[in-house]
Amino acid sequence: MIHSLFLINSSGDIFLEKHWKSVVSRSVCDYFFEAQERATEAENVPPVIPTPHHYLLSVYRHKIFFVAVIQTEVPPLFVIEFLHRVVDTFQDYFGVCSEPVIKDNVVVVYEVLEEMLDNGFPLATESNILKELIKPPTILRTVVNTITGSTNVGDQLPTGQLSVVPWRRTGVKYTNNEAYFDVIEEIDAIIDKSGSTITAEIQGVIDACVKLTGMPDLTLSFMNPRLLDDVSFHPCVRFKRWESERILSFIPPDGNFRLLSYHVSAQNLVAIPVYVKHSISFRDSSSLGRFEITVGPKQTMGKTIEGVMVTSQMPKGVLNMSLAPSQGTHTFDPVTKMLSWDVGKINPQKLPSLKGTMSLQAGASKPDENPTINLQFKIQQLAISGLKVNRLDMYGEKYKPFKGIKYMTKAGKFQVRT
Amino acid sequence: MTDSKYFTTTKKGEIFELKAELNSDKKEKKKEAVKKVIASMTVGKDVSALFPDVVNCMQTDNLELKKLVYLYLMNYAKSQPDMAIMAVNTFVKDCEDPNPLIRALAVRTMGCIRVDKITEYLCEPLRKCLKDEDPYVRKTAAVCVAKLHDINAQLVEDQGFLDTLKDLISDSNPMVVANAVAALSEIAESHPSSNLLDLNPQSINKLLTALNECTEWGQIFILDCLANYTPKDDREAQSICERVTPRLSHANSAVVLSAVKVLMKFMEMLSKDLDYYGTLLKKLAPPLVTLLSAEPELQYVALRNINLIVQKRPEILKHEMKVFFVKYNDPIYVKLEKLDIMIRLASQANIAQVLAELKEYATEVDVDFVRKAVRAIGRCAIKVEQSAERCVSTLLDLIQTKVNYVVQEAIVVIKDIFRKYPNKYESVIATLCENLDSLDEPEARAAMIWIVGEYAERIDNADELLESFLEGFHDESTQVQLQLLTAIVKLFLKKPTETQELVQQVLSLATQDSDNPDLRDRGYIYWRLLSTDPVAAKEVVLAEKPLISEETDLIEPTLLDELICYIGTLASVYHKPPSAFVEGGRGVVHKSLPPRTASSESTESPETAPAGAPSGEQPDVIPTQGDLLGDLLNLDLGPPVGGPPLTTSSVQMGAVDLLGGGLDSLIGGPNFVAPPAATVPPNLGTSMGSGLSDLFDLTSGVGTLSGSYVAPKAVWLPAMKAKGLEISGTFTRQVGSISMDLQLTNKALQVMTDFAIQFNRNSFGLAPAAPLQVHAPLSPNQTVEISLPLNTVGSVMKMEPLNNLQVAVKNNIDVFYFSTLYPLHILFVEDGKMDRQMFLATWKDIPNENEAQFQIRDCSLNAEAVSSRLQSSNIFTVAKRNVEGQDMLYQSLKLTNGIWVLAELRIQPGNPSFTLSLKCRAPEVSQHVYQAYETILKN
Repeated sequence: MIHSLFLINSSGDIFLEKHWKSVVSRSVCDYFFEAQERATEAENVPPVIPTPHHYLLSVYRHKIFFVAVIQTEVPPLFVIEFLHRVVDTFQDYFGVCSEPVIKDNVVVVYEVLEEMLDNGFPLATESNILKELIKPPTILRTVVNTITGSTNVGDQLPTGQLSVVPWRRTGVKYTNNEAYFDVIEEIDAIIDKSGSTITAEIQGVIDACVKLTGMPDLTLSFMNPRLLDDVSFHPCVRFKRWESERILSFIPPDGNFRLLSYHVSAQNLVAIPVYVKHSISFRDSSSLGRFEITVGPKQTMGKTIEGVMVTSQMPKGVLNMSLAPSQGTHTFDPVTKMLSWDVGKINPQKLPSLKGTMSLQAGASKPDENPTINLQFKIQQLAISGLKVNRLDMYGEKYKPFKGIKYMTKAGKFQVRT
Repeated sequence: MTDSKYFTTTKKGEIFELKAELNSDKKEKKKEAVKKVIASMTVGKDVSALFPDVVNCMQTDNLELKKLVYLYLMNYAKSQPDMAIMAVNTFVKDCEDPNPLIRALAVRTMGCIRVDKITEYLCEPLRKCLKDEDPYVRKTAAVCVAKLHDINAQLVEDQGFLDTLKDLISDSNPMVVANAVAALSEIAESHPSSNLLDLNPQSINKLLTALNECTEWGQIFILDCLANYTPKDDREAQSICERVTPRLSHANSAVVLSAVKVLMKFMEMLSKDLDYYGTLLKKLAPPLVTLLSAEPELQYVALRNINLIVQKRPEILKHEMKVFFVKYNDPIYVKLEKLDIMIRLASQANIAQVLAELKEYATEVDVDFVRKAVRAIGRCAIKVEQSAERCVSTLLDLIQTKVNYVVQEAIVVIKDIFRKYPNKYESVIATLCENLDSLDEPEARAAMIWIVGEYAERIDNADELLESFLEGFHDESTQVQLQLLTAIVKLFLKKPTETQELVQQVLSLATQDSDNPDLRDRGYIYWRLLSTDPVAAKEVVLAEKPLISEETDLIEPTLLDELICYIGTLASVYHKPPSAFVEGGRGVVHKSLPPRTASSESTESPETAPAGAPSGEQPDVIPTQGDLLGDLLNLDLGPPVGGPPLTTSSVQMGAVDLLGGGLDSLIGGPNFVAPPAATVPPNLGTSMGSGLSDLFDLTSGVGTLSGSYVAPKAVWLPAMKAKGLEISGTFTRQVGSISMDLQLTNKALQVMTDFAIQFNRNSFGLAPAAPLQVHAPLSPNQTVEISLPLNTVGSVMKMEPLNNLQVAVKNNIDVFYFSTLYPLHILFVEDGKMDRQMFLATWKDIPNENEAQFQIRDCSLNAEAVSSRLQSSNIFTVAKRNVEGQDMLYQSLKLTNGIWVLAELRIQPGNPSFTLSLKCRAPEVSQHVYQAYETILKN
């Protein structure tokens, strides 16, 4: 199972180590550093690195490498999932997950890690339970602890740990009972030169924030559940009900959690909400190239597209760009060759465009590669797949909760080839 | 008010200051001090000196302080074992605490203290906790058994904890079940033979029930455990599959993949006609696709596994090609994997789309990726015949871009396309030739030269082209030199009149001016061929080549089947069985897919293959005991008993003969066509005798009977890992003595002295018989060869794998450790020939379960050659007979520790696959004996 964990910052310092079995010398990280050197960018460091006696599995989040050391055959996904859970827990506890914050809270971090694994076996990874065992630091609590000498370690057995609903603590009380659900869809797409869709798929999630007293039992139904190709549930969801009736029935955890993630694949027709018109031309002899792009709405069901941001990695041969946007601001970094244009809202009456010239290295032949345009955008009040929640009901408790559902569509990896 | 304050102590007397604070009367101060200690510990500072002071803080009712002290104890107890004893009392007391949280914490922490003395005290509290009324304590105690087993396995067995642990599988609480399974699985890993997880339909049922209710991590343990079970029939397999399928909708990708493993394995037992089989196939695709939208690290592992799945069952993902299309900001490791899967899924139906994508990728920025994309186009051409033409035109388009590395890569793959579809696309050769000058990579140059040589008759200026390469012959890499040699010989055979000069030039370059033995050998062989029989030369050199096929990059089916059983594990990421890489091979058991047992299919044997032993047509190979006895008694034996069957087989001597003869004829061969004046390189001519005997030494085992086969030296310890000392070596056995031939190379900048060597205890007690003698200091870049005599009287400890040898080498710089596997045949002793009667009796006497069967493939020797070659490695043929045209060799060998191994080798003339059955009282050696057979026969 998981032997040790090293946290390494981007400059290659090991700033925290934790061992769940015998101590593994930190020199094992040298193999990691070797791999890091070979990979040009931090994102490209391979997630599984073999060394003579151990295996290093790593994830890179928030500019920190979380490197787990294992010695025997352990499912790598198990380790990587666990590492993600560590990152999420830190974020949950401290608001952000960064080197200074971890260093500031090193003892809490250490205590939390100790609770998460025992002998390399996961022990408590649900944030609800962890927070009962070790209270997250708040300014108030630190002050109170200092004055009264009390501690931030709970001395009660976490109640949820062994009940039939291990994800929910007991004795929850709220004055305002509310349940909010956010349906968020990300659209991944590759659009080719001519504007036709090569592949498009939708990754959706339903994130919930449930603050309800007692042990509420919720059901949530969709108008069109057949849309969903593949679903992954939070453990609280009763799978049998979904199989037979396509209804989500669950006792929710307390607070924020991800109820469901789903996938609408390329098999179904996916609506593409924006289009990009582009004309980027290099000429062999000239040291000037022409550049023009226009962004416009396509299938948006009448909603406005906001937060549009266009980025593109220009070829190395491009020295500089002189461009004029019809709206928004743009920058071009001549070192990284990254062009970014913050467009903002799209007004269908007056489509935003960016045009101008590129200056190329004099005498060099025209670049081999075509820049790919990366698009980010947001559409409020729309789930692009067409998914709609029908109703939400609560059983098991008497009060009437306040309910709310919000939809949003975002661009995931949305790429336009030129 | 953050924890960073704990780091800001004054440099001077830091420890001293902490000590004072730890002994303070004020609780609060104490706690703060412990926090400071822990903070120092986390960043790797040594605070072990504070041990007694910290332990003093342990007896407290403050839970946080207690936990902090426990944290400290776990880290440092090992370095202060005597002090750690001080803590025992508190632990034992805490194990009785009314609060289950404290009980669990105490038993959990005790298990983490890896000190022998403490473990004795641990047993009683642990026994109680395993039967605790609170499931939280029980589940913690279950893990503790695994911890204790890691420290002292014997103790755990003696105390009967394993049985208690097995009982916990039937616990009422699912979490306890999951942890018991996890603990047992971990223990079983170091005990391959023990049948710890004895799975039967009842326990499976319990596990399946617990599966629904335990945490995500517990589900992974249970699923991985389920995957080791072999259902008794297809109905049981189906019912397990039905209960596992809901796990495919879990949010945790590790749960999903473990479920996929169980399903992929049990599906093997379901009949394809079953409706359920189709349903299951359909259910598998969406979760696999969803895994690809996860974080890149998860994607990578998922892709490596999907790569296996699409090879085993391509139908699952055949419609999902698009999800493998590469996004330009995917990490490179994801891009390369996706590309691989795209090729595997390519078919006539989607090839147009795939090619368009690949062409797009070929214009990306990342050079590695672009290269692989170009190669992928070539692989598509080979895989989908209908697309070949389109692929070739795509490649030509890419060549037109004139991007250097794209052109080179394209030429390499076009060569492969020519080999798959000969005489079809030669029209493009002209375009290729235009790019001759831009090729600077050996592989591309070699490919181009191959093309020119192969189609020499259609290229008008082939001789000029090849001549231009010849000018810089010595600067080329070996690959190019060899290719050039062959190409010019081909050219000569096709256009003999114009190219005689050229061929002589290249032959003399290869044989006289080159230091490379491969090149010289190939040169001599061609020379001899051309000089003795040009017609034969034509037949050999211009022989029709077998077509290449896409299967070349598929995983071999038996390995694939094994890997399917390891879906989701490291093995699946590396595409190697765990035995090939898991450290020390701790208890690696080969897994195999269950055979299909549906009633409709009667052809397959209903019994399951036991782990490790390949099942086969056993009855055919070994006749029933009675038969064997009779047959052997009536055997018409070739060689008399006692005398080894000496045969001077010409096949066996072939290799040496050829070279020797070749040399002879080169020296004074009267029939040589126009030998150049200085045919014989001076160094070869003068030391002919020694040169030849050198050759014998190199290939010993072929020509000599005195010593067994010696593998070429392999690098055991790369310089990078040993501060500049590189060690390579091999093992030899010559007339009864074993030695380890080492080659030490100093790749550091300083002189190395004071060498010494030591072996860890090993399975056969191998130990150095003399100290390591390196007489002079080893200066930088110097290499020294040493033969270290070994004996087998050292202390014995069973290793995994059996032939693992751990070695420590010391020099003035440091001590280095490495481990190596020695070939078992160095342990075969000279008096390993068994009497015939004895052989029969022993064969009968060893129970049939101890018999293992292996296939030796691709061995072209005949029975006589086999037996004499084996004999030189002390495997003796006791008897030989011929049954229905097959040669049966009965052989015996003895290991240094007195273990006898009996073998039956079945050879079918004309069939390069031999069947080897081994019987031995210690069946674990069989696998290694088989490997020894392989090595000896194939080298």
